[in-house]
Amino acid sequence: MKITKKDVEHVAMLARLYLDEEEKAKYTRQLNSILDYMEKLNQLDTEKVEPTSHVLPIKNVFRKDRVEESLANEEVLANAPDKENGYFKVPKIIED
Amino acid sequence: MDYEVIIGLEVHAELLTDSKIFCCCTTEFGGAPNTHCCPVCLGLPGVLPVTNEKVIELGVKAALALNCEISPYSKFDRKNYFYPDLPKAYQISQYDLPLARNGYLEIEVDGKTKKIGITRVHLEEDAGKLVHSETGSYSLVDYNRTGVPLIEIVTEPDLRSPAEAKIFLEKLKSILQYAEVSDCKMQEGSLRCDANVSIRPMGSKEFGTKTELKNMNSFKAVQKGLEYEVKRQKKLLERGKKIIQETRRWDENSNKTYTMRSKEEAHDYRYFPEPDLPPIVLEKGYIEEIRKTLPEMPYDRKKRYIEEYGLPEYDAGVITSSKALADFFEECVKEYVDAKTVSNWVMGELLGTLNAMDKEIDEIPLTPKHLADMLKLMDKGTISGKIAKKVFKEMMETGRTPDEIVEEKGLKQIADEGELSKIVDKVIADNPKSVEDYRAGKKKAIGYLVGQVMKETRGKANPQLVNKLLREKLES
Ligand SMILES: [Zn+2]
Repeated sequence: MKITKKDVEHVAMLARLYLDEEEKAKYTRQLNSILDYMEKLNQLDTEKVEPTSHVLPIKNVFRKDRVEESLANEEVLANAPDKENGYFKVPKIIED
Repeated sequence: MDYEVIIGLEVHAELLTDSKIFCCCTTEFGGAPNTHCCPVCLGLPGVLPVTNEKVIELGVKAALALNCEISPYSKFDRKNYFYPDLPKAYQISQYDLPLARNGYLEIEVDGKTKKIGITRVHLEEDAGKLVHSETGSYSLVDYNRTGVPLIEIVTEPDLRSPAEAKIFLEKLKSILQYAEVSDCKMQEGSLRCDANVSIRPMGSKEFGTKTELKNMNSFKAVQKGLEYEVKRQKKLLERGKKIIQETRRWDENSNKTYTMRSKEEAHDYRYFPEPDLPPIVLEKGYIEEIRKTLPEMPYDRKKRYIEEYGLPEYDAGVITSSKALADFFEECVKEYVDAKTVSNWVMGELLGTLNAMDKEIDEIPLTPKHLADMLKLMDKGTISGKIAKKVFKEMMETGRTPDEIVEEKGLKQIADEGELSKIVDKVIADNPKSVEDYRAGKKKAIGYLVGQVMKETRGKANPQLVNKLLREKLES
């Protein structure tokens, strides 16, 4: 097994997912089976194949540097669970 | 033991676009909180970011000004982390295929030119701004800055002292301003710097453990923060202790650095390619077109000032160190041909007062034409050099023309012989001791008498004329 329970716990922590023991075991198993499949793909000779960074055959999709109207403050905050004086209000952030 | 200091910098500069990097919201500084936002920069579900072409152009321009190789193929990636200043929970940045690499910047250290390597230049979006409540019980978030275009410039660990780091930053700022890619206003956050610093015994080839310094809000703070950190690391090593690789925050009030107790997992950004943004493919022709638009850089301008205006190398160096200052000088010389006189005023009165005010030339109302007009008034004898300094100060503060100031304050020089003659007579009558001294051969005594005439006229007397009149009257 390449992925251990510890790896799953680490990734879950980074994604702010709270898993119980059963889920941890399940995801460890599932992630390993995905990696096993990748291992199979690794057997292919990709020496001369450029790594894919984008799946669609398009490039350079740009827009002009033009300012358009933004949303009104009320609209920006429409989905905010909490707000104050035009700001989003969030739990205290500890900087240090 | 002697230690060698190793410093590398990461500099973020805001690009001078009108709209944000992936949406049409304005990049204007300030504005009421959360009024420069749209579904794209708020990261609402189902939106599609589209790259601002000006960001690519300015990024390439900056990279060329830093002597970088532009990547023919680059792409955007998502840098994942949770923090309330990031509405999407990822920042769009560039990871393994940045816009440009392998550049350098030359700086002057102790009269010698030193090349500082630029590892990479990449594009990314800025995050929002956090405001902490007065009671400290909650935080407030403003997303106006979110999505403002930035370039991140990463240097090689080529800097060898905190002072060198400051010199590098000053040069970098001047280059970015010359190239017109960023206004580099530190107080508005459009130029920010983090630093990596480590020390190693002199002669050692291996790098020591480095710490990362954040929250330095001025070039002076960068230097002070690094100086503190070098001292701290030396102390640890001398006591046989280990340096921990960590991020430390510079605190301006206590002049110390503090550990930022962020968990180490926070640095696991799990980058992956941004699927919403197609790659950037830049043709040689496009890059060369942008190269042609690069304006004259400080080094070339300095050379030209020496050749074209006959300025001493020192003057040319000081004036071209800031693009705004050089532009001011050049505009002024168009109106007033004696470049050395202009240079003296720019380097003396102007820079001196600006430093005292802690301001930049483009933050005061003085115009080049005002300085040129004032110098012409001096040449005409309308005002003396001493009065000119007063007028200049007033012009710097109010932006009014020298004519207005001279007229309103009655500063016109007294060059009328009859009028001055009366004042000179009075000064001679009032100061018998000095008159006696002068007549007894102490020629220096005339200086005091000139001073008295100037005092009587509140500095408005023509000094040459006062000298002439005094001599005539004393020697007759
Ligand atoms: Zn927007």
